[in-house]
Amino acid sequence: MNKTWNNRAWFMVLPVLLLVAFNAVIPLMTVVNYSVQETFGNNLFFFEGVKWYQEVLNSPRFHAALFRQFAFTGLILLIEIPLGVAVALAMPRSGPWVSVCLVLMALPLLIPWNVVGAMWNIFALPDIGLLGYGINAAGIEYNFTRQPGAAWFTVVLMDVWHWTSLVVLLAYAGLRSIPDAYYQAARIDSASAWSVFRYIQLPKMRRVLTIAVLLRFMDSFMVYTEPFVLTGGGPGNATTFLSIDLVKAALGEFNLGIAAAMSIIYFLMTLLVCWVFYTLMTKGEEQ
Amino acid sequence: MASIQLDHIRHAYGAKPKSPSDYALKEVHHTFDDGGAYALLGPSGCGKTTLLNIISGLLQPSEGRLLFDGRDVTHLATEARNIAQVFQFPVVYDTMTVFDNLAFPLRNRGVAESEVRRRVSEIIDMIDLGALADSKAQRLTADSKQKIALGRGLVRSDVNAILFDEPLTVIDPHMKWMLRSQLKHLHRRVGFTMVYVTHDQTEALTFADRVVVMYEGEIVQIGTPEELFERPRHTFVGYFIGSPGMNVLPISIEGRTARVDGMTVDLPVPVAIPPGARAELGIRPEFVRIGREGFPATVTKIEDIGRHRIVRATLGGLEIAAIVPEDAEIPTDPRVSFEPRGINVYADSWRVGSEAGA
Repeated sequence: MNKTWNNRAWFMVLPVLLLVAFNAVIPLMTVVNYSVQETFGNNLFFFEGVKWYQEVLNSPRFHAALFRQFAFTGLILLIEIPLGVAVALAMPRSGPWVSVCLVLMALPLLIPWNVVGAMWNIFALPDIGLLGYGINAAGIEYNFTRQPGAAWFTVVLMDVWHWTSLVVLLAYAGLRSIPDAYYQAARIDSASAWSVFRYIQLPKMRRVLTIAVLLRFMDSFMVYTEPFVLTGGGPGNATTFLSIDLVKAALGEFNLGIAAAMSIIYFLMTLLVCWVFYTLMTKGEEQ
Repeated sequence: MASIQLDHIRHAYGAKPKSPSDYALKEVHHTFDDGGAYALLGPSGCGKTTLLNIISGLLQPSEGRLLFDGRDVTHLATEARNIAQVFQFPVVYDTMTVFDNLAFPLRNRGVAESEVRRRVSEIIDMIDLGALADSKAQRLTADSKQKIALGRGLVRSDVNAILFDEPLTVIDPHMKWMLRSQLKHLHRRVGFTMVYVTHDQTEALTFADRVVVMYEGEIVQIGTPEELFERPRHTFVGYFIGSPGMNVLPISIEGRTARVDGMTVDLPVPVAIPPGARAELGIRPEFVRIGREGFPATVTKIEDIGRHRIVRATLGGLEIAAIVPEDAEIPTDPRVSFEPRGINVYADSWRVGSEAGA
């Protein structure tokens, strides 16, 4: 092979480098900058070292928000992944209904976040919303603006409604890629439906499900708009997730140092969990 | 083990077949004898795999009945037919070990674990994967995976038949030879009824006692490799089997002589061609002689393929191939003659003559 080596080709990546610098690295660095400084206004800054980090990590308020965040993400993953796989398994493999199902599935994904929040807010209102009115009419007292349990139920249900489709579409794509011969061989081998799922479908969906879990983890871990529009983090702090808390600190209380330190910790946590999960899931796979 | 009887089976993939061309499988009526080794040979799309899937129950035939040892199994599910089938591309259960892959069909049928161990150990040695018994199947090469698939087909001791759907496509040539002879050996030992689908004539002729040649959804000939070679029932068989295939020349018949483009050939036996039928003479290159006798021909090309040479020539306006020994002399004004015992006569592509019914 006669490859031409020309190091001037590196200049070709310069535009991308600049773009990434301006839209990712530089904003991130300003946050890093705030996280180690104190200001009393007038654009005067003092270096404070890791003070804000220590404060955030020792703050009960941060711990509570973090706990709520993990509880929410864990809960929606536990619901959305199995539910998505189950729906994908129930969808037809071929025929005219395939496109109907796919379009229906894709619909929730096309609705903007704040619209989803507003929709569910109205939908769940106890006096005029269909869902809220219906639950109360069934004899169960339900008011998501007053009961923390009801607020959690509504936030989780909203997320499941909005995002299970994503898992369904990914799982369905994984299922469709399994050649017929696998199912035929399973019939020849007298495999039960459970065995087919356990030894053929699940292993073949492993990659797409890894992607699905990663996407849903990141998105739900950083969730802001939908619960903010629905509950505003309430009642009390019942649905104040990390990002809502962060915005309260940064824009509500103007604690720039605290908010910046929180952002960095938040970012590193998301990165760490994704990296650990991805490494575990792809360990031992063929190159 | 069982005999497999195909009773007037027809199959169409479309819902309402009208004309014969709608059928992927036009009327197949044949019995695979208990313990026989059969090859289904034919080009892609001729209905071989369709026929195989009908036997295993992955497909329901549109018409006709399927009987195992006289018992009607047409509407029986695959699982209930007790058939083993090996597919073209290796199917392994990725997350299981090699051992568990082989044990899977037995465990699904509730075979006792001690018996499972005994059977699997035997098969794993046979396919030479003993050293990999505890490794995950996912990491193996394509041919090892296909060996596992073969092993899963062989592991059950009570199957009615083992069906192979072009199982050696993904295997490299050296391995092919080994696996094929192992299969043949195995067949002699265990005596399962085996049906082997392939489009490779070498594979078919070395594996099978009887070869079933299919063409456009029909069985055109069933016979031993010798019969297929010497007395092809259909010009397609002559063309498909042999390398190069049979020479097929348009002729007109006058009693015991055939006229080939102005030349006359004496036929070994008199044949009657139905009026209006297209008459052809078929002769394999092995029976074409190039020498100083016969009809003048022009040699266009000589291919040396080792032990013998293939001579391509034109005879009048017709192209003809001949196989001659490596050391044979080809004269400067070559003439072509036909060995009488190699001459077959065809009417509308089907063989006519005294032994035609064979």
